[in-house]
This record gives sequence, C-alpha cells and structure tokens, in this order.
Amino acid sequence: MSTVFIAFQANEDTRPIIEAIAEDNPHARLNEAPAMVKIDAEGRLTVRRSSIEERLGRDFDLQELHVNLISLSGHIDETDDEFTLSWNA
Amino acid sequence: MDMHAPKKKLGLKEKYQVMTRGLDWEPSYQKKEDIYPYATYEGIKIHDWDKWEDPFRLTMDAYWKYQAEKERKLYAIIDAYAQSNGHLNVTDARYLNTVKLFLTGVSPLEYMAHRGFAHVGRQFPGAGPRVACLMQSLDEIRHAQTQIHALSNYNKHYNGLHEFRHMHDRVWYLSVPKSFFDDAITAGPFEFMIAIGFSFEYVLTNLLFVPFVSGAAYNGDMGTMTFGFSAQSDEARHMTLGLEVIKFILEQDPDNLPIVQRWIDKWTWRGYRVLTLVAMMMDYMLPKRTMSWKEAWEVYFEENGGALFKDLARYGIKIPKCAETIALEKDHLSHQAWGTFYNYGAAAAFHTWVPEKDEMDWLAAKYPDSFDKYYRPRLEYWREQAAQGKRFYNKTLPMLCQTCQIPMLFTEPGDPTKICYREVDYKGGKYHFCSDHCKEIFEHEPEKYVQSWLPVHQIYQGNCFPEGTDPTAEGFDPLAAVLQYYHLEFGRDNLDFEGSEDQKNFETWRGQATKNV
Ligand SMILES: [Fe+2]
Ligand SMILES: [Fe+2]
Repeated sequence: MSTVFIAFQANEDTRPIIEAIAEDNPHARLNEAPAMVKIDAEGRLTVRRSSIEERLGRDFDLQELHVNLISLSGHIDETDDEFTLSWNA
Repeated sequence: MDMHAPKKKLGLKEKYQVMTRGLDWEPSYQKKEDIYPYATYEGIKIHDWDKWEDPFRLTMDAYWKYQAEKERKLYAIIDAYAQSNGHLNVTDARYLNTVKLFLTGVSPLEYMAHRGFAHVGRQFPGAGPRVACLMQSLDEIRHAQTQIHALSNYNKHYNGLHEFRHMHDRVWYLSVPKSFFDDAITAGPFEFMIAIGFSFEYVLTNLLFVPFVSGAAYNGDMGTMTFGFSAQSDEARHMTLGLEVIKFILEQDPDNLPIVQRWIDKWTWRGYRVLTLVAMMMDYMLPKRTMSWKEAWEVYFEENGGALFKDLARYGIKIPKCAETIALEKDHLSHQAWGTFYNYGAAAAFHTWVPEKDEMDWLAAKYPDSFDKYYRPRLEYWREQAAQGKRFYNKTLPMLCQTCQIPMLFTEPGDPTKICYREVDYKGGKYHFCSDHCKEIFEHEPEKYVQSWLPVHQIYQGNCFPEGTDPTAEGFDPLAAVLQYYHLEFGRDNLDFEGSEDQKNFETWRGQATKNV
C-alpha cells in the first residue's frame, strides 16, 4: 500500500487538528520539521469534523483546513463531515 | 399569509454544483469552436466535460472568505517582522542570498502562473476546470504580490534585490526559470495544465516550497516562512487540480494516453532541471540545514511521486524515463551547481562562498558516496587559493543547453568525472544539450527550441550591453558592460560573500542590536 500524507503549519490553530487526526488514524506517523508537521499514513487518512469540534469546543468547517494546510498527497474525497485521502494502488 | 419554512442550507456537494455548473450556460448564437478556439488542436479528445470533478468543491464565496483570512494573518506577521527588525535574527548574512535568488528567479514565475491559469481557464470548454483555474490564477497573483511585499523589506538593507524584475528578463542564470515558464505558457491549454498543474505542482513543487520554507523558518527568516507557507496553503488545491486534470483527460479517451505520457516525460525533466537552483540553495546556501536535496528528493519524488505513478498505472501511465537519470544525479547535482556559481560569482547578483568546515562535514555525512571523493577537494583548493588572494573567477562564458538553458555543467549519468555533451544538427545549425532528455525534447519540437534566447549567445552577439555601448572602443570591458545591462553593481551585488557590504553591514547592525554602543 502506498503512503498518503498531509502537512500543516505547526501553530495553535492546527494543534487540535493534528491531535484529532492522530487519534482517528492510529496507523499514521507524525513527522515534525521546523515550523511544520507532516502526517504520513499507509493507504488512507481521514480527517473528521466531529473529532476536531470536540477538541475546539466550537463548530468547525472542514474547509477551514485550507488556512494552515501546507501540502498533501492522494485522491481527495471531501464531504461536510469527513476529508479523506487515499491511493487506489 | 404565506409562511416560508427557512430553506435548508445546501450541502457541500450541492452547493458546489449550483455555484459552478449552475452558473454555466449553453451558447445560442455563437459556435462552441469559435468560443474555445484552442480546445482541440493539441489532439486531446474530450467527449463530456461534465465528467470533470473538482474534489475540493470550493466555491467562489468560500474562496474569498478563506483567502482573506490568509492575507490578514500574513500581513500581520510580515509587518511585525519588519517593525522589529526581524532581518537581524537570521542565522547569518549568507542566508540572505537564498532570498535574492528566490525573488529574482521564482517570484516572477508566480506572476506568469497567474497569466497562464487565467488564459487556460478562459480556454477550457468545461465549467468545473474553468472555476478551478480562475481560483488558481488569483492564488498565483497573490503569491507574486506577497513575495514582493515580504522581500521588499530586505531590499531596504541588502544588495542584489533592487531590480529583480529587470534582472529576471536578462541575467544568464535567470533565463533558466524564465524560459521554463515561457515554454509552458506558449504551449496549448492541455499541455500547460500537464506542465504546470500536474508535473510542476503535483510532482515537483513540494521540493521547492516545503523543505526550503521549513529551512527559512529554521534560519530565522519569519518573512519567507510566512509567505512561503501562505502560498503553500493554496498549493494543496493546485495539486489536486493537477491530479484531476490527468485523471479526467485519461478517462475521456484512450488516444490521449501517448500525448499525456510525452508531456509528463518532458515536463518532469524540464521542472527538475529548474530545481537545480533549489538543490543548491538547500545544500549550500542555508547556513542551518534541515534536510539535504537528496533526502528531499527521496521523500517527495521517489516515495510520494512513486505512489502517484503507481496509482496512475491503471491508466497506462508510466513513471517518467528521466527518473533513472535523476536517481544517478542526486548525489552530484547541488555540488556541481554550486561549483558553477562559485566560478561565475562575478556575474551573479548574489554572493558565493566556500562552505565552512562543519558544513563540509554535514555534506560528507549526507553524501557519503560523492562529497569527500569529488567535491571536498575542489572546495578546499578554492579556499586555499582565496586565502592567497587568488579567489578564482571564471571569465570565459559557458556553453548553454539549448533546451534548459543551464551551462553544460552536468556529468555523464554514472560518471561524475566527465561532462555530458549532446548535440544535434538541424537546418544547418548545431545545437548543444546537457543530457539525452533535453536533446529529445528539442528533437520533438525543434522549431520551438531553435528560438531559445540563450544569454551567452546574446552576449556574444552584442545584444547585452547598455544602449550606445561601443564594443570596439579602446579598453572595452565586456563583463562590465554586461553587468551594467543587468543593472548589477560590480563589487556590491556580486563577488564573494567574504568582504561584501552585506557581510559588513549585517555584522555592524547585529552588533548594535545585541550590545549598547
Ligand atoms: Fe504559486
Ligand atoms: Fe538541458
């Protein structure tokens, strides 16, 4: 299975997002570099709105991810509740 | 009285449908071929533009909202950085040379990307790609503007940044990035999308922005970190557009495959050659290093690009042929490039230097198979020469590759001791190439590449002197005249970092910032 990844700026906005992703994707690995965090995962990675909202204590629109997003790889599927990255092979 | 129940808010997918496809219309009094004149000549067959899916489903209203937020954050940081003299916090003044190369070489490309996406966005007959290209076109002009704004702060204090736009169109090494984008923008709309949207954005842009911008942060340059990551926040959308373009074209018609494969092969190589400058920035120009060029290549091309091409194999797409050559070059690229700039340090608008001993040790650890054997001895020799007052400046102009416009500095694949030369005879002229790949690109489209504006040829033809120059005059100094034409001030903008005005000023100002004087 190929690896997908998503990378965010490391700041206070992204801390709860990164925590939520790590908990929802136990197979993911966090790679910290200066000012950024890159999250690698075999095959598939899911970002869940509800998990982020739980940590933030407010409503969250998944499109807010764009503000601190650095890069990603994989096919994207985006709904109101989930943002998923995956490779088919 | 009518009672209207409040309308339910649209879900993401419906909203996207209404705000993109829903805004399109069928022409009634003009023919489609007349409205979209460039849509077919490249041979790409599209049967149903409605099959296009933009996975991000970002609509214009949401686009403005999030972009405005990015801009507010960015300018708050840039202003604070400038207000607090943040430039004095960079690791050392050598770092500033990466910023000079970035502003003169990369920022003008952002502007060209803006024009390119505006153009192809107009030319595609489908509403989905038109909206996505419109957004990318706006992103790209934002990148150009924020980079110019952020870096103008450095121009108040340091040399080499004062004429970035003028230089971009003239200076020899800047013709490499400039001609790359000019090549893309003069292609058809589909080729442009494969060139920039797919090959550059998806396959290569991570190498430019991610490790380099992270490196800027590591070297204390908050301005570059901020505009870099802010640009990069749009990049995820651009990469997704690039991937969608490929999937869409390949799913539309099996005849599209060979055309697309040729473009991928061509543009991966063209883009990779431009990244030579980035390889050198990462390994030689960042005083504090985060990751070597080779490591970045392995993570972002071999691992990530590998996953991408494995996925695209179901359409019959193969990993570009040049990947094998690149794998052989990864131990050598940055060292050969820096060696060349060190040689031509009198004709560059930034400073060059020999790395310190601890930096050489870092390079040796990152490049165990090549650095100590081939490159350290040369650098040490240059350092010795400089110590004896004989700092070497090469005065002979190099032969350039007709396709990538880089001096012929690369070695034979698999033999780092022999320069790689290729040539082609075409209509009575002889053309030179740095590699098999640049040669093949030329052979497929010779009428395009015979037109290359090669800086060395232009200098020899007398086209790069200030107006009114008389090259036959007594004591004519061609280098001085070329530098004047570049608006590059001899002794200030060029030569070794050691002894430069930047070095002295930075030392003095930093001293004032940390002591009471
Ligand atoms: Fe850009
Ligand atoms: Fe070349």
